[in-house]
Amino acid sequence: MSNDVKTDNKSTEQIKNIIDDNREYKYGFVSDIEQEFAPKGLNEDIIRFISAKKNEPEFMLKWRLKAYKKWLTMREPKWARVQYPPINYQDIYYYAAPKDFNKKGSNVSGKIEDTYSKLGVSIKEENDTQINDHCCGTNCEPSASCVAVDAVFDSVSVATTFKKSLEKVGIIFCSFSEAVIKYPELIEKYLGSVVPYNDNFFAALNSAVFSDGSFIYIPKGVKAPMELSTYFRINAASTGQFERTLIIADEGSYVSYLEGCTAPMRDENQLHAAVVELYAHKNAEIKYSTVQNWYPGDSQGRGGIYNFVTKRGLCAEENSKISWTQVESGSAITWKYPSCILKGNNSSGEFYSVAITNNYQQADTGTKFYHLGNNTRSRIISKGISAGKSTNTFRSIVAQAKTAKNARNFSQCDSLLIGSQCAAHTFPTIKVNNVSSVVEHEATTSKVSDDVIFYLNQRGISSEDAISLIIHGYAKEVLQNLPMEFAVEAKRLLSISLEGSVG
Amino acid sequence: MQLSDMKKNILTIKNLKAKINDTEILHGVDLEINAGEIHAIMGPNGSGKSTLASVLAGKPGYEVTEGSVTFCGRNLLEMPVDERAKAGLFLAFQYPMEIPGVSNLNFIKTALNEVRNYRKLTPLDAFEFREYIKEKAKILKIEQKFLERAVNDGFSGGEKKRNEIFQMAVLEPTLAILDETDSGLDIDALRIVSEGVNKIKTEDNAYIVITHYQRLLQYIVPDFVHILYKGQIIQSGDKTLALKLEEKGYEAVGII
Repeated sequence: MSNDVKTDNKSTEQIKNIIDDNREYKYGFVSDIEQEFAPKGLNEDIIRFISAKKNEPEFMLKWRLKAYKKWLTMREPKWARVQYPPINYQDIYYYAAPKDFNKKGSNVSGKIEDTYSKLGVSIKEENDTQINDHCCGTNCEPSASCVAVDAVFDSVSVATTFKKSLEKVGIIFCSFSEAVIKYPELIEKYLGSVVPYNDNFFAALNSAVFSDGSFIYIPKGVKAPMELSTYFRINAASTGQFERTLIIADEGSYVSYLEGCTAPMRDENQLHAAVVELYAHKNAEIKYSTVQNWYPGDSQGRGGIYNFVTKRGLCAEENSKISWTQVESGSAITWKYPSCILKGNNSSGEFYSVAITNNYQQADTGTKFYHLGNNTRSRIISKGISAGKSTNTFRSIVAQAKTAKNARNFSQCDSLLIGSQCAAHTFPTIKVNNVSSVVEHEATTSKVSDDVIFYLNQRGISSEDAISLIIHGYAKEVLQNLPMEFAVEAKRLLSISLEGSVG
Repeated sequence: MQLSDMKKNILTIKNLKAKINDTEILHGVDLEINAGEIHAIMGPNGSGKSTLASVLAGKPGYEVTEGSVTFCGRNLLEMPVDERAKAGLFLAFQYPMEIPGVSNLNFIKTALNEVRNYRKLTPLDAFEFREYIKEKAKILKIEQKFLERAVNDGFSGGEKKRNEIFQMAVLEPTLAILDETDSGLDIDALRIVSEGVNKIKTEDNAYIVITHYQRLLQYIVPDFVHILYKGQIIQSGDKTLALKLEEKGYEAVGII
């Protein structure tokens, strides 16, 4: 007789099931690949080992050691609204690489190829018979629908596709290690120019031990004919991933870059401390998109990646533009603030973010815009979604210097709560040092109420579709900034990230 | 009752008792509705009118403690909320929800395809959907701009109510419950909404119209009027009962 109690529980239950159907973190598998490790722990020898492994020129080793010495004097930042037990930096492998891969010219082993194809990423070379998934057709001329991929497996880059086609137009797209050897003058000039080695604790650590990552150089006047992307994969246990990405867009060039990340499910926490530097010259534009789906830990909060990342772009000269778009759904803890220094006159920066947390995930994320040049513009659209017992924090700094005449900023940070045990916080900071600047800030907090779910149910829409309709409507402004290939993936991620979210 | 015996039964409520937060609101409601009928439910504030609507729709929080409800031959109380909707039960909300970011059109399309899928009809393609919507929008004098706005977001009270009836027109339910749809409507909006309802009305569907005022019943003429008081239907009659109430108040029917 107590049917309506049943319906009551049902709506909640259904929402749990939503969700439960897809609840498996589908990237949680481990690939059985023989790996080569540097001994656990961190000291000068390890850094020399990494540098030697990569045949790096002397300046690189010096830079690493300088960063290491600085790091020893620094303390882990504690200001973020996240909690975790102390990290033992001596209990981490700082270098792990697939064993048979290291030989020059050797093909990527089948197992690694399999790993990436399981992840939906094709890393076969373009002249192979098999064509990249994202690609248009056979005689593959680079086009907008193509995606060139650099695949980073634990500490090393294992493959870069479409390299030759890109070389034809003068674009350098390769692993960081390769760039250090082949283009040392570019590395020496730009490395640390946006994020200095002593910028912060995690950036210093990364500078000391970073093992690989992607390097991109777009020459003057060139518009990248396809999306460039890096797929980061952590496989080995107890391993930290410390990659570095450096993108340089020379005068009048354009590039759209995508970044994706996954890791196996493990009960331990793994550290991922990356650094990304973007450098935009006069009239250049860099569009950087991330779909971050590192393993978030299980529903009890065990395991998951600590994603402590420093990302920054420099609009060095006039009319340059950098835009960050991120969909953050993974990681046990996220600590990252993709930022822009707007130095050139008339330069502009954008930050579009959807950060979704569930279960015991913690995210402290946001952005920083430093306006230095005249007529610089920035725009922040942040959409936080918290569910389960998670904590979601938005943190931003908008600073307009005395020199930044007529600078403008618009910020909108919205928080959406699902259920009654999650939390959302926003900490915006605004510093304006001149009278001609304009700063606008809007913020809202709302809750997906049971009444709204009931309303949608009453129109025949299941709770699953109801949540997905609401979330997509809420995040639309951000999702529409993602390249097509990513938008589909991101939408799917948003739906499945909400497992067991309403209770 | 021979005539109604021949008609298709849509809803049978027997001795329905329901509570919320341990307070019993419905103390044994009986009601029978057949195809082609319009039933008005009136009664003073707090008599259980909206509770009855909520229980029929399956709103979480309400607990049925006794009685049965049969909807088109099925045990309604065992069906989840969205299935009740797909099976043809529609509730026009007294306070429709706002859903920012989700366009009215997208919302209605999702709902329509769910309902069609349940009724084993193929989903409408973009062209068919547009034509279908255009026709329904005309009934309620709704403009394209209205469809592109987010669901009820920033709508006036009247627009929200009109949107409810528009959704009803699109989903073509077997039984529609109008919960105080007339409240907050000016006279022109009331006329548009009522005309809409009358156009959608067929010999195969039925309405429960919950209202405080006889005014609405001048436009939507009921076959039966029931007075719900303290959780029970204490009197039923034809449309003249509503007139009597309007003239003489609840005193006339023995309340107060």
